[in-house]
Amino acid sequence: MNQPLIDLVNISKSFDGELILDDLNLSVKENSFVTLLGPSGCGKTTTLRIIGGFVSPDQGRVIFGGEDITRMPPNKRQLNTVFQKYALFTHMNIAENIAFGLKIKGKSKDYIRDKIKYALKLVNLDGFENRSVDSLSGGQQQRIAIARAIVNEPRLLLLDEPLGALDLKLRQDMQYELIRLKNELGITFIYVTHDQEEALTMSDTIVVMNQGYIQQMGTPEQIYNEPENAFVADFIGESNIVDGIMLRDELVEIFGARFACVDKGFGQRTPVDVVIRPEDIDLVKPDDGTLTGVVTHLIFKGVHYEMEVTTDGGFEWLVHSTDMFPVGQEVGIHVDPFDIQIMNKPASEDEEAVGVNE
Amino acid sequence: MNKKSTRILAYPYLVWMAGFTVIPLLMICYYGLTDRTGAFTLDNILAVASTEHMKALWLSLSLSLISTLICLLISYPLALILRQHHIGKSSFVVFIFILPMWMNFLLRTMAWQTLLEKNGVINSLLSVLRLPPLAIINTPAAIILGMVYNFLPFMVLPIYNVLAKIDDNVMNAARDLGADNVTTLTKILLPLSIPGIISGITMVFVPALTTFVISNLLGGSKILLIGNVIEQEFTRGSNWNLGAGLSMVLMVFILISMTLIAKYDKNGEGTAF
Ligand SMILES: Nc1ncnc2c1ncn2[C@@H]1O[C@H](COP(=O)(O)OP(=O)(O)OP(=O)(O)O)[C@@H](O)[C@H]1O
Ligand SMILES: [Mg+2]
Repeated sequence: MNQPLIDLVNISKSFDGELILDDLNLSVKENSFVTLLGPSGCGKTTTLRIIGGFVSPDQGRVIFGGEDITRMPPNKRQLNTVFQKYALFTHMNIAENIAFGLKIKGKSKDYIRDKIKYALKLVNLDGFENRSVDSLSGGQQQRIAIARAIVNEPRLLLLDEPLGALDLKLRQDMQYELIRLKNELGITFIYVTHDQEEALTMSDTIVVMNQGYIQQMGTPEQIYNEPENAFVADFIGESNIVDGIMLRDELVEIFGARFACVDKGFGQRTPVDVVIRPEDIDLVKPDDGTLTGVVTHLIFKGVHYEMEVTTDGGFEWLVHSTDMFPVGQEVGIHVDPFDIQIMNKPASEDEEAVGVNE
Repeated sequence: MNKKSTRILAYPYLVWMAGFTVIPLLMICYYGLTDRTGAFTLDNILAVASTEHMKALWLSLSLSLISTLICLLISYPLALILRQHHIGKSSFVVFIFILPMWMNFLLRTMAWQTLLEKNGVINSLLSVLRLPPLAIINTPAAIILGMVYNFLPFMVLPIYNVLAKIDDNVMNAARDLGADNVTTLTKILLPLSIPGIISGITMVFVPALTTFVISNLLGGSKILLIGNVIEQEFTRGSNWNLGAGLSMVLMVFILISMTLIAKYDKNGEGTAF
């Protein structure tokens, strides 16, 4: 059951002399929900199009179920795609849209009729057979696009930002629907989004991409709690990323103050990036804090207060807390050792550009 | 802008429409339905039933249908190629293609006349190459050639416009669902481009049906299209009443064919299975 279903091996792709994917390797297990996550233009759609067969890679191979399909045309591949803007056939009604793939495969009329009914039920649009595409809302069109793909019983479903055009409430509903669908059908999903919350909610595995490279791959917990570099930390959720010096194992210096941490093996007096999530900062009395600062901003966010605490060097710490400290109050900053993430500074200049310090 | 001021903006167009479309139409109807004395008669319309007029009408219909069909057969692949390679965006090719349209219509047709003449450019070339001469001047074939040449852009452009608007991902989706190139063409591209095909057909068929310049220049004096007959009634024969009556018949023909095409379009959408 846990064989790799699809393997991307050393994939490279350039457009107009510009390298978009650089030696990309990705292995996706059968029955998993893998999300490609990254900022706009990082090559997510390109990766998906290579898997779907709409773009052929300059180098590398695409292995599907053990078979090399790098040069196989899209219509011969046992996978289906849900496109970014639905791409429904506007000259056909809903039933014809869903039936399209099945008719090509020469299925019987009865089979097709049953499948349409089943698929429409699955996406909660029973009885929409004779509606026209134009008469459907965005969310409904999206669900038809999904229905049109899944009736073909693909082994792999590619979804390119399928919820991108929907409003927040509908997005959340559809996220649950998609997870339900995946579990019901047992299809492998490769899902593209640039919304980190969506990625964290839905996936088994998240692949964080930037500028054609895979930055980190792991479970949502791993990606969130143990980001491997500053880019991932910054891209997934909010975080404070500061320069630090690893004095020795389990001790890091930030802005001249010493914090106990749990990381080892960085050597002595090594410059590092330190990542601390806003919800992991405890505001205490000035005397009890490792660093002291002044609250410079306060916003009520519903579940918590969002505060900005400026410390001596002028650095503004983002803090989430259920306790409120008014603007102007002097506070101490305390962080538990296991809430401090230490990561190596990026080696190449290329990656340096990537680590955003905000 | 409020409703009133936008309505004022429409007046010049209304005046234009009244002056140059409605009034001439009414005048044609008046002339067509009266005789020289001004008395009401249907003779001018019934005159179409004479063998001579029926022959001209039939010839016009068949030549313009053939030309429209040829235009369509040339234009569709051409528009597809333009779309596929996004050539439309680099306007140079389109420019080259449209360039002849900037030349006077009459001039272009006369150019063909000199090319096709018995001792014209093409035949001189052929004789140099010791090939048999091309004898198509003053035949229906020459008229069809002139029609296709002159009206081709009016078929290509509307089809290209419709094709260019089809999202690449719609075609990708068809491929994704298992369609090969032929199926994608017949089940997706063709049905989606029907509006363009229809306006292309309209824009070629109607002028081809009514033309008299092309048949005058390339068909010689022996081949009379319905357009020539009408023209002659207005100019040489000075029988405006007969000319107007025949025009009305022609208009009815055009109306009927357009309605048929529009109806085919609706039926063409098909049903679920
Ligand atoms: N057909 C193409 N021709 C030229 N450049 C292309 C082509 N397709 C993609 N690109 C370029 O490749 C880069 C990556 O594009 P891609 O569509 O994969 O990004 P993405 O990660 O899906 O972004 P988004 O989140 O905005 O959809 C972009 O810089 C884009 O301009
Ligand atoms: Mg994309």
